[in-house]
Amino acid sequence: MIRSRLVAPRLAFLFLIGCILFNYPLLSVFSRSGDFFGLPPLYVWLMSSWAGLIALMAWVVERRGD
Amino acid sequence: MLAGWVIVLASFGYLGILFAIAWYADRRADAGRSLISNPLVYALSLGVYCTTWTFYGSVGRAAASGIGFLPIYLGPTLLFALAGFILQKMIRVAKANRITSIADFVASRYGKSQLLGGLVTVIAVIGVIPYIALQLKAVSNSFAILASYPEIIMPAKAGAVPVIQDSALYVAMILAAFTILFGTRHLDATERHEGMVAAIAVESVVKLVAFLAAGVFVVWGINDGIGDVFAKAAAVPDLARGLTAAGAPASYGAWGTLIFLALFASLLLPRQFQIAVVENVDVNHVSRAIWMFPLYLFLINLFVLPVALAGLLHFPGGGVDADTFVLTLPMAHQEEALALLVYIGGLSAATGMVIVETIALSTMVCNDLVMPALLRLPILGLATRADLSGLLLDIRRWSIAIILGLGYLYFRVAGEAYALVSIGLISFAAVAQFAPVVIGGLCWKGGTREGALAGLAAGFLLWTYTLLLPSFAKSGWLPDGFIAQGLFGIELLHPQRLLGLSGLDEITHCLVWSMLANLGAYIGVSLKRVPNVREARQATLFVGGAEAAGVSGWRGGAGVADLLPLAGRFLGSERAQEAFDRHARQRGLKSIQELPADTRLVSFAETLLAGAIGSASARAMVASVVTEEPLGIDEVMNILDEASQIRAYSHELEQKSLELRRATAELREANSRLLELDRMKDDFISTVTHELRTPLTSIRAFSEMLHEDPKIDLAQRSRFLGIIVSETVRLSRLINQILDLAKLESGRAEWTVTAVDVAEVIHEAADSLTALFAEKRVRLELDRCEAGLSVMADRDRLMQVMVNLLSNALKFVPAESGRVTVGASGTTSEVLVDVTDNGPGIQLEDQDLIFDKFRQGAGTADVLTDKPQGTGLGLPISRQIIEYFHGRLWVESTPGAGARFVFTLPRQAGDNA
Amino acid sequence: MSQRILIVDDEPNIVISLEYLMKKEGFQIAVATDGEAALQQAAEFLPDLILLDVMMPKKSGFEVCEALRAMPALMGVKIIMLTAKGRETEVAKGLALGADAYVTKPFSTKDLVLQIKSLLA
Repeated sequence: MIRSRLVAPRLAFLFLIGCILFNYPLLSVFSRSGDFFGLPPLYVWLMSSWAGLIALMAWVVERRGD
Repeated sequence: MLAGWVIVLASFGYLGILFAIAWYADRRADAGRSLISNPLVYALSLGVYCTTWTFYGSVGRAAASGIGFLPIYLGPTLLFALAGFILQKMIRVAKANRITSIADFVASRYGKSQLLGGLVTVIAVIGVIPYIALQLKAVSNSFAILASYPEIIMPAKAGAVPVIQDSALYVAMILAAFTILFGTRHLDATERHEGMVAAIAVESVVKLVAFLAAGVFVVWGINDGIGDVFAKAAAVPDLARGLTAAGAPASYGAWGTLIFLALFASLLLPRQFQIAVVENVDVNHVSRAIWMFPLYLFLINLFVLPVALAGLLHFPGGGVDADTFVLTLPMAHQEEALALLVYIGGLSAATGMVIVETIALSTMVCNDLVMPALLRLPILGLATRADLSGLLLDIRRWSIAIILGLGYLYFRVAGEAYALVSIGLISFAAVAQFAPVVIGGLCWKGGTREGALAGLAAGFLLWTYTLLLPSFAKSGWLPDGFIAQGLFGIELLHPQRLLGLSGLDEITHCLVWSMLANLGAYIGVSLKRVPNVREARQATLFVGGAEAAGVSGWRGGAGVADLLPLAGRFLGSERAQEAFDRHARQRGLKSIQELPADTRLVSFAETLLAGAIGSASARAMVASVVTEEPLGIDEVMNILDEASQIRAYSHELEQKSLELRRATAELREANSRLLELDRMKDDFISTVTHELRTPLTSIRAFSEMLHEDPKIDLAQRSRFLGIIVSETVRLSRLINQILDLAKLESGRAEWTVTAVDVAEVIHEAADSLTALFAEKRVRLELDRCEAGLSVMADRDRLMQVMVNLLSNALKFVPAESGRVTVGASGTTSEVLVDVTDNGPGIQLEDQDLIFDKFRQGAGTADVLTDKPQGTGLGLPISRQIIEYFHGRLWVESTPGAGARFVFTLPRQAGDNA
Repeated sequence: MSQRILIVDDEPNIVISLEYLMKKEGFQIAVATDGEAALQQAAEFLPDLILLDVMMPKKSGFEVCEALRAMPALMGVKIIMLTAKGRETEVAKGLALGADAYVTKPFSTKDLVLQIKSLLA
C-alpha cells in the first residue's frame, strides 16, 4: 500500500525524471563513439540511469516512517 | 544426445510441471489459502510482458539496431512510476465493477455499451492474433534448430513443412488444451485464475534464469567479460555504429515513440490487463511491483546487447538469424544442457504469453461478442434458458481453440513474411488505440459512448491503413503500388506518408496519425453532448475511483426470487447460491431469504454476473428482472450537485417536480378534508352540548326555585316537578340516542340478524304507540300491509325504526284530524315500507337536512305553536340502521300535503310470498 | 311602576321557569318564542330588559340583538343573552353586537336575578 501521501507524487517526479533521462536531447550527449571503461557511453548511460531509476523507485516505495 | 525425443520429453516434462503447479495453486485457492497472494508473485506474473519477442527477438533487434531494443522496456518502467495513479485506480475500479477484460472496462466506463465492448474485442483480436502466431513460430523454430544439433541449421520456411509434420501445429494444440484446462475450469464471478497465475510466475522465473544463464555463458564463458565483448565489437566498424543511437533527430523521435508505445502496451495489451488488473489479488501488491517489475525487465535485458554482439562476431555473414543467437551460441559451443535450458526458457516465454492472451481474448470474445449476440437471437431462446453456465464455458473453450487456430493459420500463411516479423510493434500500436478511451475515461468525466466509439474506430482505421495494410503489402499480399505510390497512385494517400507527412519511421507515422484521429474524435464527438445519466454515473465511478463505488447504478429493486435464478443460469446454481449466501452474511443477515429487494442486492447481482458475462450483458440481463423506479428525491439532489449535468437531468427533474406538485396538492386536499372533518366534529360536539344543556337548564332552574322557595303552593310545586321529570326523561333519551348513534357510526353496535316478518314488526310498533295515538286522537291505519314479507334484519333495531317513524308522524299531524297510514309491499328483490301522514309536510330544501343530526323539521315551526319534541337524532339513527341492512330511507313530501317516509330492505330469499 | 322584562326562548319549560322567577321578583313579563315574535313584542311591549336566547328558529338571538340595537325606540333597553353554547367566540360575538351581559345555560337562578337587578338599577 502506498502509505504516505507523498509516495505517489514522488513516483510521478521520478516518471518525469525518467522521461528526461531516456530521451532526446540528453541521449544525444552520450550518443557518440568513444569509451567509458571500455564500454560504449550510451549503453552505460542507459543501463546505469535505468538501474538508478529503479533503485530510486524501490527506495520511495519501500521506505517507511514518513 | 539432443535427439528429437529428448527435446519433446523435456518440453512435455516442463509443461507437466507447470500443470502441476497450476493445479496445486488452484486447489490452494479453492481451500482459501491463496498461493499467489503476495507481491512477488504478482510482480513476476507481470513478466508475461516478456514473450519470445523479448527472449529471442530482443537480441535480433539489438543485432540490427544496437541499443534500439531498449525503449520497449523503458516504457513500462516509466508506466510503473505512474502506477499509483493509473494502475491502482484501474484495479480498484475493476474490482468494484467486476471488470473481466479491457473490453469490459471500456464498455463499462461508457455506460455499459455492448457495441463498444465488441469494438474493443475486435481490435484486440485483430491486433493480437499475429502476435500469437509469432509465439508459435518461435517455439517451432527453436525446436527445429535444437533438434538439428549438433549442426546449426536455420529451419525451413514454415510453409514448406506439411501441416502434419509442423511442430507449431502441435504446439498450438497443446497450448490450447493447457489453456482450456486452466482458463475455463469453472466460471467464477471474479474471473480469476489462480493456478494460471502461479504457472505464469514460475514461467517468468524460468525464462529469466535461462536468459541470464545464456548471457553469463556468452559473456564470461566464451568471452572475457563485458568489456571484452564490446572491445571486440568496437573493432568492427559495422558493429560500432550500432552502439550509438543514430544521429538524426528523427530517430530520437522514433525512440520516444517506442517508449510511449511500450508504456501503454504494458498496460493495455489484453494479457497485461488480465494479469495486472483482473488477476490482481490485492491492490496493495502493486506498490512492490512498482520497482520489482522494472527490475525484472532490467535483468532480462542486461545481456541482450552483449549476446547480440557476441553472436554477430561468432556468426559473421548473416547465415544465422540473429533472433536465434541466444540458442545457437550455446549450441555452437556444445553446451547441450544450456541450449536445452534456453529452449525451455523460450518455451516459457511463448506459453506464458499464449495462455494469458488467449484467456483474456476468449473472455472478451465470449462476453463482449458472442453472448450479446446470442442473447439477442430470440430463436435460441437463451434469454429464458435455465442454466447457461455450461454454455458460457463451452463458448470460451471454443474461443480459445479458434483463437489459437487462427494464430496457427496466420503463422502458416505469413511464415517469414514481414507482417509476422514486425508484428510486435504493430500489435503495440493497435492496443495503443485503447489509451485515449481508457486513460481519458479514468481522468475525464465528459467522455461519451459515441465519443469512445468514434475515437476507437478512427484510430483503428488509421492504424489499419498506415501500419497493417502496408505490412501486408510488404509481405506481398497486396499490390506493391499501394506502398510505392499510395492508394490509387495518389501520393497524398500514401499509407506511410499520409498527407505528405514524411521523415518519420512507420510506427511513429502511424502513431501520429492514429492518435491524432483517435483523440480528436474521442474528445470532439464526446463534446457534442453532455453525458447521459448512465454514462455520468459510470464516469463518477471510474474517475471518482472507489470512493464513489457506493453509488448504486440502479433505481429499482428486485428480489432474491428473481436474481438468484438469473445468476444461477450463468454461474450454475450452486455457485450463485454460495455467492448470495456470502452477500447475506456480509450484510449481517442469517439467510438469503432475509435479503431485502433493494438496489444494493441488484447491484450485487449485477457485479456478480458481470464477472461471468461482462458488464454490458450483465446490465441487460439484470434489467430484464428489475423494475426500475423513478429517481428518488435523494438521488435527484445528488444529481443536482453535478452542476455540469443539470441539463441531462432536467427532464427527469421536471417530471419529478410535477409529481411533487401533485403530491403536494393531494396532501393539501387531504389536509383540508381533515380540517373539515375536525370542524364537523367540533360542530357536532357543540350541538350535542347545546342539546344536553337545554333540558339541564330547565331542571336546574326548577330545582333551584323549589329548593329556595318552600312556600310554593302544591299545584305549582307538582307542575314544576312534572317538568323536571319530563326533562330528565328527555335528557336520558338524548344521551341514549347519542351513545346509540356513536355506536352505529363507529361500527361497534351489536346486531342479531334473523329473518324478520315485516308486518309483524309494524303491528307490534303500532301496538306500543296505541295509547299515544289515542291520546292525540289520531287515526292509525295499517290496512296496506301485506303479510308474509320477510327480511334479514335485527328485529329490535327494525322496531326502533318503525317506532321512530310512527312517533315522528304522530308528532307532526294535527290532533283530532290527523291520520297516519302504514303500507308494506314486496317486489322480487326488496320489501318497501312507507309511513304516510297528513301533517304539514316538509319544505323541499329540508327533505335531506332532516336526516342530519340535530336537525328537526324546523320549517314546520310556523304551523306548530310548540317546538317539536324530540332529539333530532331519530331519523339519522333510523337511516343508519336501514343502510346497515343495505336498504334506503328517504322522504317524499309536498309542503302542506303531508309527508311519506319510505324505507326499503332487501327481501329475504325463500319467504312465502 | 314595575319594570318590564321580555323573555325570548323557544324552550317552553325554560320560558315557564323564567316567567315564574321574574314574576316573583315583581317584574312585568312578556314572552316570545322565536326571533321574529321577539322583535314584534319588543316594539309593542317596550321592555326595560330582554332575556334573549341565542338558538332559536327563524331569527337567531344574535340577529335579534342586532335588530334591537337598531331600533331607536329601544335605545336604553338592556339585553342579556342566554345560550347553551358556551364558546368564547360566541360570548365575544354577543357582547360585540350590543348585549349587556351573557349568561350560559344552565344558569343559577339566584345569579341571574342578581344580574338583572344590577342591570336595571
